[in-house]
Amino acid sequence: MKRLAAAFCFCFLAANAQAERLVVSLSNERVYITSSFTGENLVLFGTIEPDAAATRLRSGYDLVVTATGPMEEFRARKKSRVLGIWVNTQTRRITRAPAYDTILSNRPLGDITTAEHRERLRIGLDALPLQQQVGRRAGEMPKDDPFRAAFLRLQNEYGLYREDPAAVTFLTPTVFRASIPLPSQVPTGTYTIDVKLFTEGALVGGAQAPLSIIKAGFEQYVAEAARDHGLLYGLVMALLALGTGWIASVVFRRD
Amino acid sequence: LQIYLPVADLPLNIFLLLGMGLCVGFISGMFGIGGGFLMTPLLIFIGVPPAVSVASVASHVAASSFSGAISYWRKRALDVALALMLLGGGIAGTGCGVWLFTILRALDQLDLVIGISYVTLLSIVGGLMIYESAQAIMRARRGQPATLRRPGSHTWAHGLPFKVRFKRSKIYVSSIPVIGIGFTIGFVGAIMGIGGGFMLVPMLIYFLRAPTATVIGTSMVVTLVTMASATVMHAATNHLVDAVLAFILMVGGVTGAQFGARTGQKMRSERLRLLLGVLVLAVGLRFAYELVVQPADLFSIRAVGDAS
Repeated sequence: MKRLAAAFCFCFLAANAQAERLVVSLSNERVYITSSFTGENLVLFGTIEPDAAATRLRSGYDLVVTATGPMEEFRARKKSRVLGIWVNTQTRRITRAPAYDTILSNRPLGDITTAEHRERLRIGLDALPLQQQVGRRAGEMPKDDPFRAAFLRLQNEYGLYREDPAAVTFLTPTVFRASIPLPSQVPTGTYTIDVKLFTEGALVGGAQAPLSIIKAGFEQYVAEAARDHGLLYGLVMALLALGTGWIASVVFRRD
Repeated sequence: LQIYLPVADLPLNIFLLLGMGLCVGFISGMFGIGGGFLMTPLLIFIGVPPAVSVASVASHVAASSFSGAISYWRKRALDVALALMLLGGGIAGTGCGVWLFTILRALDQLDLVIGISYVTLLSIVGGLMIYESAQAIMRARRGQPATLRRPGSHTWAHGLPFKVRFKRSKIYVSSIPVIGIGFTIGFVGAIMGIGGGFMLVPMLIYFLRAPTATVIGTSMVVTLVTMASATVMHAATNHLVDAVLAFILMVGGVTGAQFGARTGQKMRSERLRLLLGVLVLAVGLRFAYELVVQPADLFSIRAVGDAS
C-alpha cells in the first residue's frame, strides 16, 4: 500500500516537472465584512504558461478551482417523533469540516477526470472528507452515512458548499477567469483557493492563492467586544437600553 | 437597506427590524407588557439564530419597560417595596435560567425547550385571559358591576407565614409567594427571552390580590431589572447579545410603545385583556403547530466553533 502511494507521488512529481505553469490572481485577497456587506463575487484570473520555453502548450485544458474556508466543528441533528412532537433525537459530532467549500470548473467534474482520481486528489464534494467522533471513536464519516448527505445538502442550501461546472470560463485558450460567490453569511477566517489544471484527465499543473475574510471597522469592534469582554459588553448594552428608554420617555413626554 | 449584524453573523433589512420594533412596541405599550414573547419568535422566523434572538430581545424589553416604568413613576402608580421583593426572587431565577439555557444549548435541546415552553405557557395564559375577560364582558352586558378586586378577600397565599405589608398596594401578604412569583418570572424569562409581564400582571392580581392601579407599573420595574440583568448575564456567559440588532429593536420599540400606550388608554380594560389573550393564544398555537407538524427537513446543523 505504501509503495503504491509512493509510486503515485512519484507520478505527480514527474507530471509536475514537465507540466505547464499556472499564474493566478484574485481580484481581492482580503474581503472585509462591514455593516453593508451582503455577499460578494470574487474574480480569479489566470493564465496557463509553458514551464520551459521549449515545451509546447497542449490544447483541451480543464480547470478545477476549489475555494476552502476555515475548518470548523459542527453538530448535525436529526428529528424524529416522540410522544407526538418532533424532537432532535440523534446528534452527530462532526469534528472537522470546512465552513465553506466551493468547487468551480469549466465542465462537469465527471467529464474532467475519473472518480478514483477525484477521490485521491480530493476534488469535489463527493470526495470531501468529514471527520466525525462517535462516542470515543474518531474517524472519517462513511460516504453512505445519511448525516453526511444531510450535512452536504444543508451547507449547499446555505450557499456555503457548492459545485458549479460552468463558473470557469476560458477567455482565450490559455487565459481563464472564475467567479467565486461569497454568500452574505460567509464565515470569517483564512481561505485557500486551489487551482488544478488537467488535460485529458491528467493533472498537469496547479497553483494556490490565499484569501482572508475578516470583519472590519465597527462590525469587528462589536464582535470582538462581545467575545472577549462579555461582562463589560453586557453592562454597556444594559446601560444603552436604559438610555434609549429614558430618551423616549423624555421625547414623548406629554404631561 | 441591509445591515450586517456582527454577532448574529447575517445581514438583515434595517427597516424590517425597525418596523418589527415599532409594531411590537405598539402592542407592548398598549397592554403594558414587554413584548418579548412576540419579538423572539419573529426574529427566529426571519432567520436570526434562536439563541441570539433570546439574548438580544432581553435588552430590547429592558428599554421599552424602562420608558414605561418612568411614566408610571411620574403618576406614582408603582409599588417600589413590592417590586424590590419580587426582584429578589427574580434575579435568582434569571441566574438559574441563564445557567439552564447554557446547558440546554450544549445538549442541542434549546430549540425544543423554547418551543414547548412557548406552547404550554402561552396557551394556558392566553386561554385563561380569554375566559376571564369574556366573562367580564358578559357580566358588563348583563349590567352587573365588574368587580375584580374584592377587598379583604383571601387566597391560599394569604395564609402563609412571613407576612409583609405593602403600603402603596394596600396588601398584607406572605413574602413566600412574592419571592416565588419573582423567581418563576425571572427563570422562565431568561430561557424564553421574554420579560414575563403578561404572566406577572395576572399573577399579582389573582394570587396577591394587588390592585390593578399599581400592578402594571410594578410589573414594568420588575421586567426592566430582570431583563437588564439577563442582558448582562447572557452577554457574559454566552456572548450572544447582538448590539446592532438590539439597538435597532430598542429604537423602534420605545417609539412604538408611546403610541401604543395612548391607544391602550382609550380602550375598555376587559376588551384589552380579551385582545391580549387572543394574541397570546395565537402565538402559542403557532408554536404548537411547529412542534406537531412534520418539519420539511428532519436534519439540522449548527457550527460550534473552530475545529480542534
